[in-house]
Amino acid sequence: MANLVIAEHDHGSLKAATLNVISAAAAIGGDVHVLVAGHNANAAAAAAAQVAGVSKVLLADGPAHAHLLSENAAAQVVAVAAGYSHILAPATAYGKSVAPRVAALLDKAQISDIIKVIDGDTFVRPIYAGNAYATVKSADSVKIITVRGTAFAAAASGGSAAVENVAAVADSGVAGFVSAEITKSERPELTAAKIIVSGGRGLGSGEKYREVLTPLADKLNAAMGASRAAVDAGFVPNDYQVGQTGKIVAPELYVAVGISGAIQHLAGMKDSKVIVAINKDPDAPIFSVADFGLVADLFEAVPELTSKL
Amino acid sequence: MKILVPVKRVVDYNVKVRVKPDNSGVDIANVKMSMNPFCEIAVEEAVRLKEKGVATEIVAVSAGVAQCQETLRNAMAIGADRGILIETDVELQPLAVAKLLKAVVDKEQPKLVVLGKQAIDDDANQTGQMLAALLGWGQATFASKVEVAGDTATVTREVDGGLETVSLKLPAIITTDLRLNEPRYATLPNIMKAKKKQLDNVKPADLGVDVTPRLTTLKVEEPPKRQGGVKVADVAALIDKLKNEAKVI
Ligand SMILES: Cc1cc2nc3c(=O)[nH]c(=O)nc-3n(C[C@H](O)[C@H](O)[C@H](O)COP(=O)(O)OP(=O)(O)OC[C@H]3O[C@@H](n4cnc5c(N)ncnc54)[C@H](O)[C@@H]3O)c2cc1C
Ligand SMILES: Nc1ncnc2c1ncn2[C@@H]1O[C@H](COP(=O)(O)O)[C@@H](O)[C@H]1O
Repeated sequence: MANLVIAEHDHGSLKAATLNVISAAAAIGGDVHVLVAGHNANAAAAAAAQVAGVSKVLLADGPAHAHLLSENAAAQVVAVAAGYSHILAPATAYGKSVAPRVAALLDKAQISDIIKVIDGDTFVRPIYAGNAYATVKSADSVKIITVRGTAFAAAASGGSAAVENVAAVADSGVAGFVSAEITKSERPELTAAKIIVSGGRGLGSGEKYREVLTPLADKLNAAMGASRAAVDAGFVPNDYQVGQTGKIVAPELYVAVGISGAIQHLAGMKDSKVIVAINKDPDAPIFSVADFGLVADLFEAVPELTSKL
Repeated sequence: MKILVPVKRVVDYNVKVRVKPDNSGVDIANVKMSMNPFCEIAVEEAVRLKEKGVATEIVAVSAGVAQCQETLRNAMAIGADRGILIETDVELQPLAVAKLLKAVVDKEQPKLVVLGKQAIDDDANQTGQMLAALLGWGQATFASKVEVAGDTATVTREVDGGLETVSLKLPAIITTDLRLNEPRYATLPNIMKAKKKQLDNVKPADLGVDVTPRLTTLKVEEPPKRQGGVKVADVAALIDKLKNEAKVI
């Protein structure tokens, strides 16, 4: 039995989420192979080869993969799929776009966003915004799985797998890359950060969000996040959104500022180790999950917190 | 051009579901059901494309129990022209839904299928991508902006690092994200008009699709509860807790 991990990468390096998927694949048991579908992606393949527990890296290098389009990525996975019992991808924007295509092309069900491996057929996954955990068993011969990164530790380095080149697929011709507008930040990545400072509608505006929260995040070397309301109102870009339909995070410390704590928001952060909530409404639902709640006006409390740290 | 919009009936997003005491599932008897919010955004986008003169007809499709009719009427009240109910009591999983939708696409020949990115009950995030694969079409998941000109859709997508724009050759699949639009409310006159719109009923067998589930749910459990925390008196007390008790800073 062998498991194939679909790597998420930027051609030069692996995205952190790939390491969590490798751990999930290892938990299933059997060999772990990693597919890097990219363009001029030798460095990403070399990085995958150095991950502990990986026994082979497949490198599909070609122009069709220059922009990591799902149509080509899925075709590539299908081209190498024979012999694998499990095909796993991270539950990220990339993995979520590619894996279901693979599943449909192979006529297999997909098990989304697993948080636990029971055995090779049986997995636990959250449903209803994490208000219930379902244990599901697959009857398919091949399991297509996406993995919730926060539920599996990152695989360590220390491997020395061989890299095998495989033929890259041709471009599908049905989709093309136009442009990307990637948020630039010196901060840690939201899904991998140890500390997150997150702001909601209570901040009032983008200017206030930055003025109040940035100094605190700087002091804590934290990533910055937001509620849907803060993103919808244009305070911050979409990739800041934490929640059921945004990013799932589980840092050591999550500081929720001016966030009420709707179930969709809690779904994305309630596995954080320590939660702090600062909100002027003592009845805000966020306090029901907060280890330490401070009922206060955020415009006074946050600057004070920043200066006293 | 014709647009197909698959809409799912789900537990309303405001309801906090409860796990059944026998761990067989969640209790959805007597809870409010609504159209999946991402499907509302999909219907709204189709209606806007029609208002712009890009689309000529919008067909809403829902697969599931007889009550999915209500969801279809709702879609028609927002502006869909007609509805198709694929009626079954069998639990439908995304692969089965994608196959049913493919059969409808083969018949209706739409140029665009707009789905929600995710159903907020199963949180699967699969159906649109599966349908795209079955049809061999291009896909743009997590759309926050859609422009259609001639035989091309240019779609901006919400990805993990920010935004990405792709161009799709039509016919194609789009799945909606939250920022694509703000769905309008159905007005009373439009709700009345929707009652008279055409609603066809088919069965999975009529479409030649085997919908047998591939996944069996062995049990459904409550997630572990977080220990209720404490309220601190002031900023100094908060810093003390973080430094000396939690030791996270
Ligand atoms: C389909 C769907 C998907 C969704 N997905 C997500 C998701 O992924 N993530 C997400 O976050 N939400 C999501 N939501 C939205 C969610 O339901 C809530 O609307 C949202 O989380 C609310 O954001 P908020 O807490 O910032 O705003 P509000 O609920 O308006 O809360 C603002 C809070 O700020 C406090 N406040 C105001 N002023 C001050 C002050 N001066 N000092 C201190 N406190 C102050 C208020 O007391 C209040 O509690 C989703 C909703 C739907 C329907
Ligand atoms: N039973 C269904 N009937 C109609 N559309 C559906 C159904 N299930 C899923 N969909 C569509 O697929 C999208 C994503 O659902 P899912 O893949 O289950 O998260 C939904 O927003 C709908 O547009």
